[in-house]
Amino acid sequence: MAFKLNVNGKVLEADVDPDTPLLWTLRDTLGILGPKFGCGVAQCGACTVHIDGVAKRSCVLPVSAVGSAQVTTIEAMEHHPIGKKVQAAWMNLDVAQCGYCQPGQIMAATALLAKTPKPTDADIDSAMTNICRCATYTRIRAAIKQASGQHEKA
Amino acid sequence: MTLQLTGASRRDLLKASVIGGGLVLSFSIAAKAEAAAGSGAQALNAFVRVAPDGIVTIMGKNPEIGQGIKTSLPMIIAEELDVPWENVRIEQADCEPKLYGSQFAGGSMATPMNWDDLRKVGAVARAMLVSAAATAWNCPSGDCKTDAGHVIHASTGRKASYGSLVGLCAGVAAPDPKTVVLKNPKDYKIIGKAKPQYDTGKIVTGQPLFGIDVRVPGMLFATFEKSPVFGAKVASADLDAARAVKGVRKVFVVEGGSRLDGLQPGVAVVGDTWWAARKGRNQLKTKWADHPTSKQSSAGYDKRAAELNAGSPMQSLRKDGDVEGALKGAAKTLEAAYSYPFLSHAPLEPQNTTAHFKDGKMEIWAPSQNPEPGRQLVASTLGIKPEDITVHMTRCGGGFGRRLSNDYMVEAAWIARETGAPVKLLWTREDDMHHDLYRPAGYHFFKGGVDAKGNVVAWQDHFVTFGDGAKVASSAGMGATEFPGRFVPNFKIDQSTIPTGVPTGPMRAPGSNAIAFVNQSFIDELAHAAGADPLAFRKQLLGDKPMVGEGPSAYNAGRMQGVLAAVEKMSGWAARGKLPAGTGLGVAFHYSHAGYFAEVVQASVAPATGKIKVEKVWVAADVGRQIVNPAGAINQVQGAALEGISHALYQKITIVDGAVKESNFTNYPLLRMADAPPVEVKFVTSDYPPTGLGEPALPPVIPALCNAIFAATGKRIRSLPIDTKQLKT
Repeated sequence: MAFKLNVNGKVLEADVDPDTPLLWTLRDTLGILGPKFGCGVAQCGACTVHIDGVAKRSCVLPVSAVGSAQVTTIEAMEHHPIGKKVQAAWMNLDVAQCGYCQPGQIMAATALLAKTPKPTDADIDSAMTNICRCATYTRIRAAIKQASGQHEKA
Repeated sequence: MTLQLTGASRRDLLKASVIGGGLVLSFSIAAKAEAAAGSGAQALNAFVRVAPDGIVTIMGKNPEIGQGIKTSLPMIIAEELDVPWENVRIEQADCEPKLYGSQFAGGSMATPMNWDDLRKVGAVARAMLVSAAATAWNCPSGDCKTDAGHVIHASTGRKASYGSLVGLCAGVAAPDPKTVVLKNPKDYKIIGKAKPQYDTGKIVTGQPLFGIDVRVPGMLFATFEKSPVFGAKVASADLDAARAVKGVRKVFVVEGGSRLDGLQPGVAVVGDTWWAARKGRNQLKTKWADHPTSKQSSAGYDKRAAELNAGSPMQSLRKDGDVEGALKGAAKTLEAAYSYPFLSHAPLEPQNTTAHFKDGKMEIWAPSQNPEPGRQLVASTLGIKPEDITVHMTRCGGGFGRRLSNDYMVEAAWIARETGAPVKLLWTREDDMHHDLYRPAGYHFFKGGVDAKGNVVAWQDHFVTFGDGAKVASSAGMGATEFPGRFVPNFKIDQSTIPTGVPTGPMRAPGSNAIAFVNQSFIDELAHAAGADPLAFRKQLLGDKPMVGEGPSAYNAGRMQGVLAAVEKMSGWAARGKLPAGTGLGVAFHYSHAGYFAEVVQASVAPATGKIKVEKVWVAADVGRQIVNPAGAINQVQGAALEGISHALYQKITIVDGAVKESNFTNYPLLRMADAPPVEVKFVTSDYPPTGLGEPALPPVIPALCNAIFAATGKRIRSLPIDTKQLKT
């Protein structure tokens, strides 16, 4: 079944089964590889994308439920006013170890800052539920603070 | 434009091995001819090529699993080459150990194994550029120096950029690596300076770097179903039902073998997309043949361990003095039983490999920590010559020891050949959790005694582990020189084994990640029994003799005293009496992977719920005289410490009916942001060669946390993960 999706400002067509998760439509059909697969059950957040600006786990979102919503992936973050600041902070503090979860972390952090421009530690704790298996949490927290203009040492 | 080493010099390089004091390369630095083709660049050796614009490309030889090695090893070469870091580009090498030497990520070995060799690689290339300039200027090489990517004629100041010398290097022979002069560390401009990971820009923009991101034209996607009971054969499966699913191309049974780190029996489903393949797999309704280990369980292992402890041990690992006599004469004696569970590595990128078999040759793209044994496994399993197999090393979304085995690589190769098309095999998270090579569980039954002065006079451990008689399972053994062996006059370790069908393997700081927990916790029990400050008690136990033992098992107690003193100061240990009720500090230290680590944890426990809050971790580390990349080094230490906290708080793999019960992060939780404390790191430098950092920070944090909980609550944790119910008051 053909679906028209708004992805990163473009209308893209994907001929997939309606139950196909958005993640696999993006990755296997559309070749958008930034969102990652980690668990398949919305636990780890490696697949996080924005749906109309809200962070969502694309591994459990059927493509048929996306409709006309704006899908934004890590690939578009360099054009996002907050996303690019988040990316710069991630670079500046050299957050990543293996890096596999970081696209999802950046998507979650960008959505957090869009809603809460100066997050407290408690805000970060409750919004940043993505798993980093390398446990780079110290630097993720510091990078969010830095991107929001609240400076903290890593 | 390629470098032709003369026969003699090439042979000398190939023969090079360590003889006597002079360090020589453990691998060839022969030029890789095709590297320079078409680019106008000059390959100076297998690792280094210089382009006319002065850009220097350096090969990253080892697998990148998040330890930062793709950045830090080229830093070593760039330093001795004397090229500005901004001019360096890094390319990931393929698996070609003949060119690059050993290529694996494990044992925190990359820095110690490559430190001397790669400095020489850079210095040899630098000497060739100097030689080319000197020839052009008709002066002795000794009159020239280098600086920031230029050769400079010292007396006249005449200057040539490395790029401008590209055309002149073709006839230059590589000097004998034994003769090149290495920089004085005080002149380092790159080593020791924080450099961001080379790929960080690609990571934050989501560019394809990982195995899972590989795309090959005409590629199909595969999933592979194996028995939950390890190694059981396929009894039946509804292949036709799977084939009927839209988008499924091929479904077949793989006979497999008995190696649990090789090609196992199962059913492969190949489709146009991975989702289609998975939907096909859902229709298989596979039945598995009976298997001799299908009645094994964690509960059964626990029962067997207690039975074994009640009888005579199977083996003696160490016996010093007279433990029984010393226990009788001790002022205080203690007995305690400790245990820890199987653990799954759970790297966040599920196992995958892309493989393409064409015209008798196999091409593989794999996130592997250990690609060469993977090539050999594919060769022996599929009957292909190793030289007909190319292995491209992709970035790994975590490793932690899991990807030292190449089971997923051989599966992909087999499925691709059967399919007759390029195939990307991708495991589900559940596949990964059910088919790991697990950190082995274990049991320690201790007795110990202290005298009136707070000296440990007796130590006895009956270690019950997994194996068959005296042969222990992979990573399930214990060294006879583990601390406090050799520091206690009457000391005994015995061992008994339980046979298991569970495959085991190395996991970040193998052995140490469990042994530090039990030994440093029991030392803490003895300290409290003696009425001593647990940190001062440890200083006394380490004693005042700096070196204990000789050779590879020598223990530098002086270095451990150094990090212990450092962490005492960092953590404000002396002021711990001022902490609020329900909050405590715990200390532990451990030596592994040639690193000396002492750590303090501050934790509090909520009395009503038993919930633990880990408030802060302090780490003091001695890994020698030089940190190659401080940015990466601190990240590694923080991550390792937090991983240890995750083990202690959450992680457990349970065996039921011969299979793993846990399946995903729902029932095998990992540490998340809200529970991650700040980790403060201090490197204590000592005059020893630099050693690795991927692993040794992990082991001490677990007992330090458990000892902090004891300080906070008076309750001793003897089993992991920590059961918070027992902490409720």
